[in-house]
Amino acid sequence: MAASRSRLESWAPWLLSAVVLVVWQLVCWAFDISDFIFPSPVQVARSLVEYAGPIAGHAWKTFWTTMAGFAIGVAVGVLLGVIVGSSRFIYSSLYPLLVAFNSVPKSAFVPILVVWFGIGTVPAILTAFLICFFPIVVNVATGLATLEPELEDVLRALGATRLDVLTKVGLPRSLPYFFASLKVAITLAFVGTVVSETVASNDGIGYLMMSAGSSMRMPLVFAGLFVIGVMAMAMYELFAVLERRMTGWAHRGQAAAT
Amino acid sequence: MTSAAATPFVDFRSVWLAYEGQDAFAVEDLTLSIAPGEFVAIVGPSGCGKSTFMKLATGLKAPTRGEIDVEGARLTRTLKIAGMAFQAPTLLPWRTTLDNVLLPLEIVEPHRSAFKRERAAYVERAKALLATVGLGGCEDTFPWQLSGGMQQRASICRALVHQPKMLLLDEPFGALDAFTREELWCVLRDLWAAQRFTVILVTHDLREAVFLADTVYVMSKRPGRILARREIDLPRPRDLEITYSEAFTDRVHELRERIGMVRKAS
Ligand SMILES: Nc1ncnc2c1ncn2[C@@H]1O[C@H](COP(=O)(O)OP(=O)(O)OP(=O)(O)O)[C@@H](O)[C@H]1O
Ligand SMILES: [Mg+2]
Repeated sequence: MAASRSRLESWAPWLLSAVVLVVWQLVCWAFDISDFIFPSPVQVARSLVEYAGPIAGHAWKTFWTTMAGFAIGVAVGVLLGVIVGSSRFIYSSLYPLLVAFNSVPKSAFVPILVVWFGIGTVPAILTAFLICFFPIVVNVATGLATLEPELEDVLRALGATRLDVLTKVGLPRSLPYFFASLKVAITLAFVGTVVSETVASNDGIGYLMMSAGSSMRMPLVFAGLFVIGVMAMAMYELFAVLERRMTGWAHRGQAAAT
Repeated sequence: MTSAAATPFVDFRSVWLAYEGQDAFAVEDLTLSIAPGEFVAIVGPSGCGKSTFMKLATGLKAPTRGEIDVEGARLTRTLKIAGMAFQAPTLLPWRTTLDNVLLPLEIVEPHRSAFKRERAAYVERAKALLATVGLGGCEDTFPWQLSGGMQQRASICRALVHQPKMLLLDEPFGALDAFTREELWCVLRDLWAAQRFTVILVTHDLREAVFLADTVYVMSKRPGRILARREIDLPRPRDLEITYSEAFTDRVHELRERIGMVRKAS
C-alpha cells in the first residue's frame, strides 16, 4: 500500500508533464494557432531534433558558464556566510547591506559588467555568481548562528577555541542549510546566465533564443526554454540527492517514515 | 565522609555577580568551600542563581566582586578540567553515540594531540564507559534513535570521558520519568564512587540531593544567597532502599522546611 503510493508519487511529475503536453498540443490543434505565436509541442520537438547540433553547443556553453558562476557563488557564499554567522558584530553591520544588494535586480548589473568586461562569457559568469550567492550566505550564517547556549558552555568548559566550535559544531550543523541553499542557488545561477546571454553574448542558450526570436522562429525559442528547464531541473535533482546523502541525520523524520 | 580541612578544591569567598547590563545582582555573597572529591548538591527556587553558580565555578562567568579559587589557584580563565551536563542532552545529531562521547577527547589536551594515534584506546575507554551506564551496544546508533533517558546517559558519559576533576550537572535528570531518574542516580553514584571526581549537582529534587550528596546547599530566591548548608551523614554506599528509611525522609523534610522558609520570607 505504502510502497505503491510512493511509486505513484515519484511518477506524478512525469504524468503531469505528459498531461500538460497533450493539452497544449490539443489546444494548438483545436484553435489552429500559428507557430509564429505559440508553437505546439510537436513543432518544438521537431526543431529540437532539427537543430540538435547548434542547440547542444549553446547548451554546453550555458551549462559551463553557469557552473563557473555557481562555483564562485558557492566559494564566496560559504566564506561570507561563515564570517557573517560567526560574529554578531559583523552580522549586524553586513547583513543589511547584503539584503539591500540582493533586492537590486541582477539584470541591472549586466550593462555595467559589459562596460567593464566586454560582451561574452565573463558578464554571464559574473551575473550567475551575483544572483546565486545570497541564499548560500543566508543559510550558512543561519546554521552557524543557532548554537544552543548549553552546548556552547559544554565546549567552552572543555577549553574549546572558537575554531574548534566552528569545525566541530558550527559547520556540521550548517551543512543541511548549505545543501538546501545549493538547490536554490543552482537554479538562480541558470537565470543569471541566461539573462546576461540574451543581452550581452554571442553564444549560449540565451543568445540562441534571442536571435531565434528576432527571426520569428518561435519553435526554436521554445526549444531553448525547454533545454534550460531540463538542465536546471537535472542540476536541482543532483543537489537534492547530494543533500539527502550528506545530511541524512537532518531528515530523520522522513527516514524513519520510509 | 569528606572534610574541607586541607586545601579546598573549589573556594568561593564572598562572590557577587551581576549580569551585564543589569543593576541587580543575580547571586550575592556566596562563600563556600568544596573539598576534593566532595559531592555537593545545590537546591533552591527557580531563578535563584543555581546555573549562575555553575558558570562561576567553571570560570564561564567572572565574578563582579569576590574571589574564586580552584585547586588553590585563582580562577581567571575558563577551567579546562570540567565536564558538564544539562537537562537537555545537547548531543550532536550527526555523530553516533560513540563519536558524541569521544568529542571532549578531540578538544581537551593532552588527549587532543594523541587522539589520532591513540584512537583505538580512546574508543575502548568510551565503550567501557557507555557499558557502565547501560548503553553497551548503542555505540553506533545516532542520538535521535535513543530515548530521552538513553540520551541523558550518553550526555553524562560525554561529561566524564576525559576524566575531569570536576563534574557539573545542571538538573540532569529533570526531564526524565521517576524510574529512569532513580536508575541514573545509581549510575552516577557508582561512577562517582569509582572515580571520585568533585561533583556539583543542581537539582529541584530534594530526594535526589539527599540520596547523592555529601553536602546540600540551599539557596534563597533572587538575589541568590546561601541560606543553609546541610551535611548528609547517611552511610555510604547508599542503596535505593535507603530512600524509604526514616533517617532519609527526616533529612528531606528538614530541607523542605528550609525551602518553605525561603518562600515565606519573600
Ligand atoms: N545570560 C543572562 N543574562 C542576564 N541575566 C541572566 C542571565 N542568565 C541568568 N540571568 C538571571 O540571573 C538569575 C539567576 O539565573 P539562573 O539561570 O542562575 O537561575 P537558576 O537557579 O538556574 O534557575 P532554574 O532553576 O530555573 O534553572 C535569574 O534571575 C536570571 O534572570
Ligand atoms: Mg538553571
